[in-house]
Amino acid sequence: MATTAVVPGTKWWNGGKSPFNVEYGKLMMWYFLMSDSFTFGALLISYGTIRFSSNYWPDPNEVFNAFPGFGHMNLPLAFVSLMTFILIISSVTMVLAVHEGHRGNKAGVIKWMFWTIIGGLAFLGCQAWEWTHMITGENVVMIDGKLDVVGQTLTINPWGAHVPDAVVSEALAKTPHDGLVDIVAMQKHDMDHNAIAAMDDAALISQIDMAQLHVRQTGPPLFGGFFFGITGFHGFHVFSGVVINIIMLIMAQNNVFERKGHYLMIEKAGLYWHFVDLVWVFVFLCFYLI
Amino acid sequence: MNNQSHTELAEVTYHPEPHSGTAHIWRTTIILSVITVIELGLGFLMYFTDFPHWLDLFIKGVIVILSLAKAFYIVGVFMHLGDEIRNMIMTVVVPLLLFVWFIAAFLWDGSSFRALRNRYDTHYKERTIQHEVRDADTATHPLN
Repeated sequence: MATTAVVPGTKWWNGGKSPFNVEYGKLMMWYFLMSDSFTFGALLISYGTIRFSSNYWPDPNEVFNAFPGFGHMNLPLAFVSLMTFILIISSVTMVLAVHEGHRGNKAGVIKWMFWTIIGGLAFLGCQAWEWTHMITGENVVMIDGKLDVVGQTLTINPWGAHVPDAVVSEALAKTPHDGLVDIVAMQKHDMDHNAIAAMDDAALISQIDMAQLHVRQTGPPLFGGFFFGITGFHGFHVFSGVVINIIMLIMAQNNVFERKGHYLMIEKAGLYWHFVDLVWVFVFLCFYLI
Repeated sequence: MNNQSHTELAEVTYHPEPHSGTAHIWRTTIILSVITVIELGLGFLMYFTDFPHWLDLFIKGVIVILSLAKAFYIVGVFMHLGDEIRNMIMTVVVPLLLFVWFIAAFLWDGSSFRALRNRYDTHYKERTIQHEVRDADTATHPLN
C-alpha cells in the first residue's frame, strides 16, 4: 500500500537501523497483541472443544433473541448485529484519528478520538444490557421432575431440549408452591406479588397459560461459563481500551503530542482498539453465528 | 506531510507516504459492513430454513471464511500491517500459524471425547442425544 517503496537492496541487518523499520513501542504492541490473540484463541478453542464433546448445545438464535424495548418479540441476531456495527464504526473513527495524527492535525485527532470513546461506551452499555437480560431472564425449566424459573448464570443453563406437554403437566403437579408463584408472577407482571403468593396451588395452576410456558430441560452449564467468561474478558478489553483512549484524548488536548512532534501514541492505542474489534469478529462468529 | 515530526525516531529508516485521503478507509468500512450483512443473512437463512445437516455445516464454513476476510481487512488496512515491511509482518503472522494445529487438534479431541462417551456410557447417550443416532456419534475413528 505504501507509495514510497523500500530502496531495493537495503541491507536491513547490517546495523545502524531497525531491521523492522518500526518504533520500539509499536513493535512491542504488535507482539503483545499477537500473544493476546493466543489468549482469546485458547478461550474460544476450549469453547469449541466442549461444544464438540457435547451431544446437545443450545441454539444461539433461541438464546440471543431479545432487543431492548421489544419485550418478548423473537428477534434473533438483531441486538448483536447492532453491537457489531457499533464496534466496526468505532474502529473506523479510530483509523480516522490515526490518519489525522499522521497529518499532525490536533483538532482532527481530538474529534475522532471523542467519537471512538463514545462508540466504546455504547458497546459496553449494550453488553451490560445483554448480561442483565441473560442473568435476570425468566425461563421455565424442568429440574428433577419439577418446574422452576431460572436465568442464565454460571451454574445453570435454561436452554436444554423442549419438554413435551404431557411431561409438563406431570411436573406441574409436583412443583412446590414457591415454584408455582414464580411461574404465575412471570406470566402476570401486573398482578400483586403478595396476592399471587397467597393463592393455593390449584388456583395458581389454573392461572398458568400452558401454551406460553415453553418448558425446557436444563442445558450444558458450561455455556454460561464460556459466554460470560469470554464476552467478559472481551468487555474488559473494551473497557481498558476506552480508558486508554480517554488518556490519549487528554494528552492530545494538552499538546503532549504536539510537543513530541508526532502522534505515534495514538497509533499504538489505535492498534489496541482495532484488536478489540478483531476479537469481536471471532466472538461474534463463535457465539452468535455458528 | 510533516516530515520534521519523524526525525527524532532513529528506528525508522523510511516512511510510507500516508494516504492523502480517507477513501481507502471508507472503502474498507463498506467492505466490512457488507461482509457482516452477508453473514447475518446466512445466519437468518439457516434459522428460517430447515436445511440438511451437511448444508448447515457448509454455510457455517462459508461464514468462518467471511470472518477471516474481515480479520484480514481489519489487520491489513485499519491496523496498517500491510504498510509495514515484510520482515516485520512475518514475525507477527508466522506464529499465528500455530492456530492451524491448535484448532484442528482441540476440536478433534472434543469430537473424539464425545464419541467415546457415547459408546461406553449408553445411559448418557440416551439422555442427551436429541437426534437419530448417527455413526459419527459413536465411531471413534470417523475417517477410517
